[in-house]
This record gives sequence, structure tokens and C-alpha cells, in this order.
Amino acid sequence: MATRAEITSGLGEILEEVAGVNPDDVAEEKSFTDDLDVDSLSMVEVVVAAEEKFGVKIPDNEVQNLKTVGDAVNYIEANH
Amino acid sequence: MSGLLAGKRLLITGVITDASIAFSAAKIAQEQGATVVLTGFGRLSLVERIAKRLPEPAPVIELDVTNEEHLAGLADKVREHVDGLDGVVHSIGFAPPSCLGGGFLDAPWEDVATAVHVSTYSYKSLAKAALPLMSSGGSIVGLTFDATSAWPVYDWMGVAKAGLESASRYLALHLGKQGIRSNLVAAGPLRTIAAKSIPGFEQFEDAWAERAPLGWDLYDTAAAGKAICALLSDWFPATTGEVVHVDGGYHAIGA
Ligand SMILES: NC(=O)c1ccc[n+]([C@@H]2O[C@H](COP(=O)([O-])OP(=O)(O)OC[C@H]3O[C@@H](n4cnc5c(N)ncnc54)[C@H](O)[C@@H]3O)[C@@H](O)[C@H]2O)c1
Repeated sequence: MATRAEITSGLGEILEEVAGVNPDDVAEEKSFTDDLDVDSLSMVEVVVAAEEKFGVKIPDNEVQNLKTVGDAVNYIEANH
Repeated sequence: MSGLLAGKRLLITGVITDASIAFSAAKIAQEQGATVVLTGFGRLSLVERIAKRLPEPAPVIELDVTNEEHLAGLADKVREHVDGLDGVVHSIGFAPPSCLGGGFLDAPWEDVATAVHVSTYSYKSLAKAALPLMSSGGSIVGLTFDATSAWPVYDWMGVAKAGLESASRYLALHLGKQGIRSNLVAAGPLRTIAAKSIPGFEQFEDAWAERAPLGWDLYDTAAAGKAICALLSDWFPATTGEVVHVDGGYHAIGA
């Protein structure tokens, strides 16, 4: 079981690789689209990569609710 | 190897997520014994991740169907994986936002031209690029959204699809002598990336589920995937220029 900090830093690595986000900018309160400039297709890839990294399934209708990094951490923490 | 597509070598375009119609076709084709080579557009890293989710991880070749260099190099790239092709799937569509969502009267020609280039003309381009690999005949299958009537919000994509349906008949005409068939699957609405990018597409989703005699599941891409595989198989040997509806029967119902 990964801790919240581990999940956040894992997401940081994915965001850097997939969308060129500076991992230092990644924090729970940051919005994927507004703060980190992740476009919708990048977000799709972030989700796919996160599913693989954390062994979760993030269904489509959940993805819409993942506005911030913290939302994603919550979902992964609860479901992995 | 047994199965409907045992020994068939297939080139499948259009995988971008595991909700893509092409993903379902590729998965079912592999389960039925085919060897699958994928092409990907734009976000290759995403396509490669998704390709690993197939029963057999499939190689991915980059292909923008509007890029003449990609098209010219396609046959050689495919040959690195298979020695020929028995089937090709065109599961590609795109229209700029101005062409969709009700702006029919205002969409500029440049945008309409893009929609037609990617969604219509590319059917011929892809077939031609694959032709050197299809010396012993084969089957080409594309995806349409029934273009015999006008739909709300589908606008210039609908026009592009009408063109695609005609292009498929012309391909059937011109490639028949070489033993190559061309057919389309007209799928009902499915919640893919392409569909979600059409503002207002939800409008006909409910009507579809209510009116289709067999009902309709917006997430079930396997119905289309199976039909694609059937058309790629040897079980439609005398069928070409055809549009097979995989829409729960919606097209057959007046109201
Ligand atoms: N989803 C539906 O409701 C529906 C219904 C009927 C028909 N279709 C058709 O099915 C086909 C596949 O779409 P989908 O619904 O699976 O969505 P999708 O978003 O999963 O697939 C569309 C594909 O087109 C590709 N593409 C776009 N521009 C390209 C280009 N220039 N070169 C190469 N590839 C390009 C994308 O990379 C993507 O893989 C399309 O032709 C679509 O119009 C979809």
C-alpha cells in the first residue's frame, strides 16, 4: 500500500513524463487543467499510466471528478 | 492456431484508448487467431501503452493519414512485422470544432477540408498505401455513422461520412479485380474520445437506447469489433461496397 506522499510523487513522475510538468509544481491542491496545463488527451494518458503504476482501474465517469492532484490521490488511495 | 481469423495478418488503425472501436477489433481479432499490427497518430506513447493491454502486445507504427511521407513509408514499416496483409481497418475520424455542434452554416472551408481529408479521403490513401502488401486479395473495413440522414450536431462530420460511404463503394469498384473487398460498419453512438469531442452528441444517445429494437449500450464496442472481424474474415467472400449496421437496429425504425 502506497502512502499519500508516495502516490503524489508517483503522479508527479507520470505528469513529468507524459505532460512535461515540473514535478516540483505537483501538489495536492493543484488543478490538472488550470494549474498544471494538462490537456485532455494528456490527462487520458496520465490516467492510463496511473492505472498501471498503482494497479487501479479508474473508470471514465470517475475521471471527470478528478480535478486536482488531491482528487486523484484520494481515488487511488481508496481503490488500490 | 484456430479461430475465425486464424493466420490472418491485419493492419489496424485508430487505437487511442481501450474504449476505441479499433481496440475492440484488435482484441477480438487476436483472440480469433490474427496477427495484428497497429498504427497510431499523435500521442504515440499513449497508443503504445494501450497496445500492451491487448492479449498479445502489438507493434505500433506511426501514421498520420494526411502525411504523404508516412503513407509512402507504411508498407515497408509493416513488412518489418509481417510479410503481407490480409486485412486493413480504417477507424479514423476527425473534424475541427467549427465543423461540429451546430455550426454547419459557418464552418470555413479550410476546416471542412481537414475533416474530409482525415475522415474521407484517407480511406483511399490508407488502402493505397497498404496495396503493395495485399497481392493475394483481402478485406478493408472502415467505420461510419449512418450518413443517409442528417443528424443534430454531427454537421460536416456527417457530410464527411457520406463521402466515406461513397468512397468505400468506389474502392470496392476499383479493387474488386484484385480480390480486395471494401465494407463499412455503421456503428451506433459509443462513448469514445472521438464521440466525446462532439458537443451535444449525448442528444441522440438516449433516443438510441430507447428506440433500437435490440437496445443499445454506449460502452459496448465489442458489437462493432465483432462485425469488423466478421467482415475481415473469409465468411463474407462475395460482399463488397456494403454498409453493415451495428446499431441495435435503430436504422430500421421510423419512429
Ligand atoms: N464513437 C461513435 O459513436 C462512432 C459511431 C460510428 C462511427 N464511429 C467511427 O469510428 C471510428 C473510430 O472512432 P472511435 O469512436 O473509436 O474514437 P477514437 O477517438 O477512439 O478513435 C479515433 C481515431 O482517429 C485517429 N485519428 C484522428 N486523426 C488522425 C490522423 N490524421 N491520422 C491517423 N489517425 C487519426 C485518432 O488517433 C483515434 O485513434 C471513426 O471513424 C468514427 O467516426 C464512431
